[in-house]
Amino acid sequence: MTEFSEIWSYLAQGPLLWLTITLIAYAIGDAAFQASGRKPFVNSVLVAVVLLAGLLWLTDTPYATYFEGAQFVHFMLGPATVALAVPLWANRGLIRRTAVPLLASLLAGSLTAMLSAVGIAAAFGVRGEALASLLPKSTTAPVALGVAEQIGGSPTLTAVLVILTGIVGAVIATPLLNLLRITDWRARGFAVGVAAHGIGTARAFQVNETAGAFSGVGMGLNAVLTALLAPWVAYLFL
Amino acid sequence: MIRQLAALLALQLAGEVTARALHLPVPGPVVGMVFLLVALLILPGMAAWLNSLSGLLLANLSLLFVPAGVGVVGHFDRLGTDGAPILLAILVSTVLAITVGAITFVAVAKWTGVDD
Repeated sequence: MTEFSEIWSYLAQGPLLWLTITLIAYAIGDAAFQASGRKPFVNSVLVAVVLLAGLLWLTDTPYATYFEGAQFVHFMLGPATVALAVPLWANRGLIRRTAVPLLASLLAGSLTAMLSAVGIAAAFGVRGEALASLLPKSTTAPVALGVAEQIGGSPTLTAVLVILTGIVGAVIATPLLNLLRITDWRARGFAVGVAAHGIGTARAFQVNETAGAFSGVGMGLNAVLTALLAPWVAYLFL
Repeated sequence: MIRQLAALLALQLAGEVTARALHLPVPGPVVGMVFLLVALLILPGMAAWLNSLSGLLLANLSLLFVPAGVGVVGHFDRLGTDGAPILLAILVSTVLAITVGAITFVAVAKWTGVDD
């Protein structure tokens, strides 16, 4: 037993243990998603986060120690954001042909997402850091974290709110858009990408190829627009 | 793969430097994304060259969320009081954003004659 606790305290100090466990937790989350028949509410990120948070709590490990290992995964958000330019470029023909409706929908959807979220939360008494963390919730993770940090939010809280927004969008999109009787796959996909980023886009691809492509475009364009608009929205309304 | 990664990191670095030097309101990696978009428009061949790495990163984008998501552990106390209003705000705001975005797209497409 002494030997085990010695090995544990040795491993707990280095990044190897928590980096490995992060990847395993995500693999379990992904397997759960596949096993559920790709249900949007069995989200691989959510499963991994719950598993890891539980493990940290059980082993009494501080988040800073965990992050020593997980930072290598976290770091890749930067190059991944840069890489978003590739699908944006690949869909440039599609974007050019529908440029006017795209830009109108982007502006309307993006502003609605930001203003309604902070408006509702503020009306119920949410203030300060939590409100700033909520503002960029509809944009893709790496951008949302950067924006939150810039406007006085908490990147960790924002990450959770971004994931929740993605799951909500993925779950409600199909019934909501059917209820609205919108049959244009371009409109359906694009609106979901703007409102619910990558998780919404993954869902759109499950439903229809065109919707998926437009959702990817919406996610990419809203990443840029949110980064540009959020500081002004924060300045005017927070 | 190493050269592609070096290229993405160099673009991120250039974006980071530009954003700070010009005091842009945009995070450095987003500026890097715009740089890559410009580079692809000038050198379309880069897309195929980058594809193995960019495809890998974007296919596993949700994994990159996990470490920051685990950080919620430190926020349980705050979510205790703000939890319900924040969840309500996310739910209603997402419904509104999808509704407004989709209706705007359809209306403007009809109006500008982009309709198929």
